This record gives sequence, C-alpha cells and structure tokens, in this order.
Amino acid sequence: MRSTRLPWLLLSPTLIILVITGLLPFFYVLYVGFHDWNIFSATGEMSYSGANNYRKLVFDQDFLDSLWATIQFTVWAVASEMVLGFFLANTLLQDFRGKAFFRMIHSLPLMVAPIAVGAIWRLLNIPGFGPVPYYLDQWFGFEYQMGAYRSHAFITTVLMDIWHWTPFVTLTLLAGLTAIPREPLEQAMVDGANRWQVFRHLTIPMMMPVLLTTLFIRIMDALRVVDEVFMLTGGGPGTATRYIGIHIYRVIFPKTEYGYGSAMSLLTLYFTVVLCWLLFIAMASVGKQKE
Amino acid sequence: MITAKRPRSGIVWVYLLWITLTFLVLIPIYWLFLVASRSPVELFGRPTFAFTGFWPNNFQKLLGDSIFLGYLWNSILISTCNALLVAFLALCATYALSRWKLPGADNIFFWTITNRMGPPAAFLLPIYLLWTKYFQTDGITFDVAGLRFHLFRVQLFDSAIGLILLYCLFNLPFAIWLMKGIMDGIPIEIDEAAFVDGASRWTVLWRIITPLATPGLAVTGILSWVFAWNEYLFAATLTSVEARTIPTRLAEYVTTTGTSWGEMAAVAFIALLPALVFLAFVQRYIVIGLTFGAVKE
Repeated sequence: MRSTRLPWLLLSPTLIILVITGLLPFFYVLYVGFHDWNIFSATGEMSYSGANNYRKLVFDQDFLDSLWATIQFTVWAVASEMVLGFFLANTLLQDFRGKAFFRMIHSLPLMVAPIAVGAIWRLLNIPGFGPVPYYLDQWFGFEYQMGAYRSHAFITTVLMDIWHWTPFVTLTLLAGLTAIPREPLEQAMVDGANRWQVFRHLTIPMMMPVLLTTLFIRIMDALRVVDEVFMLTGGGPGTATRYIGIHIYRVIFPKTEYGYGSAMSLLTLYFTVVLCWLLFIAMASVGKQKE
Repeated sequence: MITAKRPRSGIVWVYLLWITLTFLVLIPIYWLFLVASRSPVELFGRPTFAFTGFWPNNFQKLLGDSIFLGYLWNSILISTCNALLVAFLALCATYALSRWKLPGADNIFFWTITNRMGPPAAFLLPIYLLWTKYFQTDGITFDVAGLRFHLFRVQLFDSAIGLILLYCLFNLPFAIWLMKGIMDGIPIEIDEAAFVDGASRWTVLWRIITPLATPGLAVTGILSWVFAWNEYLFAATLTSVEARTIPTRLAEYVTTTGTSWGEMAAVAFIALLPALVFLAFVQRYIVIGLTFGAVKE
C-alpha cells in the first residue's frame, strides 16, 4: 500500500499509552533501584548507592519468607488446578444435555472481581457465623480457625484460588482438546492401544503447547496474587499468607522506602521471568525426550 | 480421557460431577447474597442456607450513602471510558497491523503482551512515583467572567484519567490480540473494492470496517469493562479521595475496625453484579481474553 504515515498514525496512540504505562515505569524502577531514597530521611532526596539495595535484599529474611510462601502457594494451587482442569475438560468433550449451561456457570468465577472473591470466602470462613467452621465443627469435630492457624489460612487461600481459577484451566484445555485431530486417536484404539496408552502417548504430546501456555499463564497469575488474599486473610495470621505482592504493598508504602522497594519490585519481576523461562526449558527438553 | 465413544452408563457420573460443581460455584455466591440480606441479629448463631426473608437495610443504607454512590459513579465512569478507549485504540492499531506490512510489526505485536506478564505489584511503586511526582503539573490557572479555567493541567494521581490510562496497560494486550484475529478475518478485497469506488482510507475504516468488526469490538469492550471494574490494587494505590472505586470500598471494610459484615456483603454483591449480567454474552470469549489470544476457541 502507498502511504506509510497513516498506519503509524493509527498505531501511535496505542504505543504512546503503552510506553507511558509499561515501558517507562520499568526503566524508572530500574533507575530508582540503584538509589537510596526515603521520603522521611534527612534530605528526602535520591542518592546513588550502587547495588546496596540488592545486597540488603538477598539477606532480608522477611522478603525471602514471603517469596517462599508465594512459591508454595503457587505450586499447590496451580498443580491442583491443572490436574482438575484437565480432568474436567475431558468430561466436557462428549455431548450431553445441559452442557452449555454447566459450562456457563463454571466460567462465572472468572468474571467475578478478585476482591469480591476474597470477600465471599471471608464470609464463608469467619468464625461466629461462617458455615465452613460451623459445620466442620458440628460434623467432624474439627476446629477450623483461619485467623489462628497458619496452615488453615494457607489451605484456605489455595482452595480459594482453585475455586477461582480452575474454570480457566478447564476452558483453555477444552479449547485445546477440541482442536486436536481425532483420527490418530481412533486409529490407535483400533490398533489395540488402551485408553491410558492413547492418553499418555498421543493426547498429552499433542496437547503440550496448550498445556504449557496454560501453565505459564496460571503460574504468572498465581505469583502475583494480591486482591483475594488481601481480602481473605490480610496476609495473616502473622505472615503466613503474606505473599510477595502483599509484602511489597505492605512494606513500601507505610515505610516509604522507595529505593529499596524498587529493588524488591525488580527482583520479583526478574524472578517471575526466570522461573517461567526455566520451566519452559525444562518442559521443552522433556517434550524432546519423548519423541 | 479421550476415547472415540464412551459407554452411556458413564453419563450418570458426568451429570453427578457437573451438578456438584455447579453447586460448588453457586453456593458461595448465594451465601454472599444471604449475608447481605440478613440483619446482624439473624447472622449469628446456627448458619442456615435457607432463605429467611429479605432485610433491605444493608442495601438501603448503601443507596443513601453519598460516599458509596461516589465510588459507584467513579467505577462506572472509569470502566466505561476505559472500555471505549480500549476498543477504539485496538480498532485503529489492528487495522494498521493487519493492512500494512510494517517493519517490526511482529515485535510490536509481541511487545504488547509482555506488558501484561509482569506482576502488578512490581509496577505499583514506579507508577505511583511517576504519577505523583512527575506527571503532575498545575499548568496555568486563570479566571474569565468569574469562571476558573485550567490550562495544561495534568493530574494523574487520584483522578479518573490516571486510572483510565493505566487500565489500558492491562486491557490493550488482549484487545489487540482479539481484534487482530477479527481484522485478519475481514478480506482485504472489501477495502480494495471501496477504494475503486473512490472511498478514502478514513471512510473505509469508519464506514466499512468498523460495522463489520462490531461484534468483536463489543466483546473487547465488555471484557475491558469487566476487568477495569474488577481492578483493585492500582485503584487503591493511585487514588486517595476523588477517584476511589467500588473494590477499594470493599477493602475498606477489612482495614477499618468494627466491621459490618452485612454491609460488606452488600458491597461485594454489587461488585459482582456485572459478572452475572455479562456472563452469558462473553463467556465464549473469556478464554481469549484471559490468555491474550494465545489459546483460541
């Protein structure tokens, strides 16, 4: 086509907004991370401090604890969601009456505001009138207290994440499953392969790209969980569910440690990228070995 | 597991499974509604799932609360402007990406999604600092005929515009991916036929392409609207008084003492209403929206 000015004119507002809201903050946080900057310090000014913030950060026990809690949360939640979602997607492959309805209700949690999900789960689990602690006590004699026991709070956050995000896994994997060709599977069955063999040696390898994409998106989203957990437990009891996003939020703003907070933000970002990259390498090599 | 045919007896288990799942999704939401419609006296004691009558005070109190109504208005304003802006920008951007072979177009395309990958908490601080310290000028203020005018005044912190622009960062990536597929699906012959008839670029874009892309634009708009409505973390950080939204109101119930659970449930119920309303329209596209187009249905 003739003119090349027009397409750039059409793209420019999008690019400008993404540069201002995405790229600029990234470079800015990189810059601030190498400085000491606390509003309430003697001068309140930025001063260059090299890699001091990062040196301090790798020995910061609170930060490391929070990172570790986040990893545990991510592993439990995402693993459960992947297994459950894959199973559910398989049950949706066949046609049955009311499938569209069930699917629609199943996708409802995806649309609900995360903060409202946190509120819902909090109302279910409050000691005093929440039905969950009440019936656990009545039927099983189990004393469940989200606000008192670290493990209870942790499990509740994992279950909430499963409630919220399993539908996402189900729907993406279902999209992948319906897209793979059926003939090789049917041929293998005719040739005498059993269901498990077909699943293990044909379905899984063919589904690998979709499985990986879904896994990545889920891991990234689980690592950055804030709203739901903030609403449900507020990061407590103690620091049991103080996942990295909540930790950053709670440390930076009350203390106005901007330089240190920038280093923390950047390390979290770096950590997320590296984790996904390592996972990708590992999965790709596993995929190659199979072939 | 995938099999060519499944024995019919298995269908009973599938129904049992999906009926159970439906209850697992709906009961927590139903419980929220029950808490919102009960008085504090009814709330404590033995929790029952039976509907014991609607106690309207929680909702009535919200509707008479000017602070809450202000938050509600902000939420509606910000979500609507963001949805319109995102749909418009995505339309222009994908038309350019789809109709011209631009140098670096693939990179631009890919770069847009990397913006959504980083944890928001990592961007929270730099955006907060930029918004409060740099993108803030008073500009020129002058009075004409008793009215006060502001020229070149930029204020992103605690203003609706600040949030509207910021939400583009989360919504544009998926919007561009979704609209790119739709644009590529509109044959270029339609453009060419219009050019032969003497139409200009702009006429083609507004009079021919836009109507054809309307269903896609509607889905993009609704999903953007819901995502903007749902956002909490940035809304809580980048606003103080003027531009607070419903999610921040909800969080205020757990950060302040003396929690009123019934009222909190009513706010949460209002916060999830759009999800219930829009579910039927966009549930087919939500996968594309959440995977920014990486998985197509």
